[in-house]
Amino acid sequence: MSISNWKYNTEQSLVENHGLKHDEFESIVEGLGREPNLTELGIFSAMWNEHCSYKSSKYWLKKLPTSGDRVVQGPGENAGVIDIDDGDVAVFKMESHNHPSFIEPYQGAATGVGGILRDVFTMGARPVANLNALRFGEIDHPKTKHLLSGVVEGIGGYGNCIGIPTVGGEVNFHPSYNGNILVNAMTVGIAKKDKIFYSAAAGIGNPVVYVGSKTGRDGIHGATMASAEFDDDSEDKKPTVQVGDPFTEKLLLEACLELMKEEAIIAIQDMGAAGLTSSSIEMASKGNVGLEIDLTKVPMRAQNMTAYELMLSESQERMLMVIDPTKESLARNIFRKWDLEFEVIGKVTDTKNLVLNMNGKEEACIPINILVEDAPEYQRDYIIREPSKRIKIIQDQFDQKTIIPDLIEMISHPNLCSRKWIWEQYDHMVMADTIVRPGSDAAVVRVHGTNKGIAISTDCSPIYCKHNSFEGGKHAIVETWRNIIASGALPIAVTDCMNFGNPEKPEIMGEFVECIRGMAESCSYLNYPVISGNVSLYNETNGVGIYPTPAIGGVGLIKDLSKTMTIGLKNEGNIICVIGETSGHLNMSQYLSIIKNKEEGSVPEINLEIEKKNGMFVLDCIEGHLTLSVHDIGEGGLLIAMSEMCMAGNFGVQIEVKKEFLHAYLFGEDQGRYLIEVSEKNYEKVIALAKDNSVHIEKLGFVGGTDLKINHLNKVSIAQLVEKNSEFFEKYTGE
Amino acid sequence: MKSKVIVFPGSNCDRDVAVAIRKISGSEPQMVWHKETSLSNSDLIIVPGGFSYGDYLRCGAIASTSPIIYEVVKKANEGVPVIGICNGFQILIETSLLDGALIRNNSLSFICRDVYIKSENQTSIFTKKTNIAKMPIAHNEGNYFASDETLKKIVDNDQVAFKYCNQEGEVTSHSNPNGSLENIAGILNDRKNVLGLMPHPERAAESALGCEDGKYIFESILS
Repeated sequence: MSISNWKYNTEQSLVENHGLKHDEFESIVEGLGREPNLTELGIFSAMWNEHCSYKSSKYWLKKLPTSGDRVVQGPGENAGVIDIDDGDVAVFKMESHNHPSFIEPYQGAATGVGGILRDVFTMGARPVANLNALRFGEIDHPKTKHLLSGVVEGIGGYGNCIGIPTVGGEVNFHPSYNGNILVNAMTVGIAKKDKIFYSAAAGIGNPVVYVGSKTGRDGIHGATMASAEFDDDSEDKKPTVQVGDPFTEKLLLEACLELMKEEAIIAIQDMGAAGLTSSSIEMASKGNVGLEIDLTKVPMRAQNMTAYELMLSESQERMLMVIDPTKESLARNIFRKWDLEFEVIGKVTDTKNLVLNMNGKEEACIPINILVEDAPEYQRDYIIREPSKRIKIIQDQFDQKTIIPDLIEMISHPNLCSRKWIWEQYDHMVMADTIVRPGSDAAVVRVHGTNKGIAISTDCSPIYCKHNSFEGGKHAIVETWRNIIASGALPIAVTDCMNFGNPEKPEIMGEFVECIRGMAESCSYLNYPVISGNVSLYNETNGVGIYPTPAIGGVGLIKDLSKTMTIGLKNEGNIICVIGETSGHLNMSQYLSIIKNKEEGSVPEINLEIEKKNGMFVLDCIEGHLTLSVHDIGEGGLLIAMSEMCMAGNFGVQIEVKKEFLHAYLFGEDQGRYLIEVSEKNYEKVIALAKDNSVHIEKLGFVGGTDLKINHLNKVSIAQLVEKNSEFFEKYTGE
Repeated sequence: MKSKVIVFPGSNCDRDVAVAIRKISGSEPQMVWHKETSLSNSDLIIVPGGFSYGDYLRCGAIASTSPIIYEVVKKANEGVPVIGICNGFQILIETSLLDGALIRNNSLSFICRDVYIKSENQTSIFTKKTNIAKMPIAHNEGNYFASDETLKKIVDNDQVAFKYCNQEGEVTSHSNPNGSLENIAGILNDRKNVLGLMPHPERAAESALGCEDGKYIFESILS
């Protein structure tokens, strides 16, 4: 925008500092019929930033499938909802807290957990599981160790205190996150289908109630910060990071759930990004009504707070509700019992305006529709890069004698080693319903008081997404689907957390468009819709963007927990089979990356027809009690998956591979594959069933001994594998 | 059997322990809010785990001055059995019903994992059914500490309830998860009617959760 075009009384620099573009300011003036005052400018800035408005992504997100037989609520509410039978629903969502976590890892990560928990219990669900998807820079980067320790401690600090188990997740290290880590937190809650709460305000004259913590000056402009790139001065943004108080959140959770048992709440919305601004506008917009708020009544933690500060504060652990006026004293007593603030701060009106008063003076009056429906929406330019091409990998360059040393190097690597050091810092057993703990394909949490459970997994392979965004997007969805299948559950739906660079750059926008296209294809084919999510753009520092990272959180249902499956080998003499065909796709594999230090070649392609067929076959086997352990074959390939099964069950295996190119067979990353353990007795039955379903199955070997042996030539003890697999994090953080 | 579970703001294992007691005893425990002041007709009082009042001060310090705790101390001194689990153990120490202190884990990290414990005292109402047991710990401040004098007193008086051990029951430094003095995982009061322990028996009271050794502690007292 150039100075010469500026024709307004409002300072141009003030508008720019609020992250608003020239034409965006023009449409504000046009909508209001006047220039906004400072408070109003702040409100527009908070609502129209990328984080709250989804202005660059909205058009593309609409292309994702969002409906299905079990979908009760798709995207657009605080969280998505799926039917899990018997009148029960699972409520879930994943959200990013990348920018704050980079600036202040402990509080950034902690408040990320707090925010996603509120999204879920706002809907009337008791949270039962937390997960997280984390990406850090390379381990030698000077900031990585500090960020890793701080983030893990912050997630634990919040989740452990509030008493919701953290049951799973993923972590990766890659140089593309050196200047911009990713902290994505997911929460799953359980509610009754007829007791779901929504955010649409209703009932003219009904009281608008503020509950929870007092409002302070913390986190002002957090959402605007999260919508900008970083530079070397990003440390200066520390004051925009909020401070979490998990104890107050625990009280707020219990108070809200207690009040939800009464017929008192008409609408409820948590105050997350952009605090009072987005929560009040959201409620009014959804209900197609107006709200009038007296800011003097807002409980304040600091003195002399202005209307501007009150509206933009991102103080944590707060909620806004519209309640039935006849239940006001009942509601007040519940919040008093839990020692929480409860203030009537306004009322629902028929004006369809947001009106803010303070000390008898009108501080703002904005038609809701200008803020919401007229919010900018962009179809940004995009360029789709050619997917990286297949390279020829010549067998002669590999010596079979390196198989075991290569395996040891791979399972010791930060990207493939045990994550125990992380999840032992999280209370993953509180609530006493964790059936499958972290470290398996998916975590399984029992629905309290029943014999059914939900399986949950988060996944994404950013390397795939970078070098072939379409296949990468397809893969992220499918990987969670496979993990859920392998735990014995029927996959139902996903939440997504779309982490990308600056969307104003056409090649970044191209990555976004292609990832969405890939995701949509997998979701449609597998009948596995997206029911909630979050977009985090501008993940860049000094102009360098992260790898495209659409982190996916999948949820499935196990109707009978006795059919839960884990990855650990169960008994001597059992037979190991590989489901799915192995061509030996070493291109763009962890093997190339870790052993040869190369990130090159083509991304493995997923044939969705085969994927579905293989997955359904595995699920049939599990449901027919034909398998004893199951593990999907993911990053690192077959031998990594086999080693993980050995380590988890503390059993050795003897495998026979009659392939010329052993490395390619053992470390290739062909898709749609699983390892299953079957008893000798059931082996023929499984083979016959595979044949009936045209599923490719190969016998790999037998369970037995204390070593992992390949063709009687190469072997390593399971004890050594465990030792190598578990040493990285402790050594790294203990230095 | 009338069991009472104390609920502080920030308690988060109150429901878990109530579920375990219901399953084992067949009767419903009564949940008692921290602002209440009576515990009459109690056969067993449980102070559950969690982060009472957020534990932003020293763990258990605020809870040890809450209205209900005076009644807990009174009942304990009358001989009513009291169990403090995890944060409950920390609280009982803060009330001086139990001796010593619980300081930060020597790793300086929160630890959540299965451990093995063995009962040192084999005659108390809590420990007589347990020999070697597997159950989870989940804490940041579980490192038991006491002065030489106090330690001698509790050892001589058979007040050490449980010690961390390995699967075979050997008390080794490797099996000590948090740096506790002499691997101490739980202690009794002088009169042996008050038990505090860091491991969570309520999380290991059914096979679906991977282990049911925890139920023996409850069975021992509830039977």
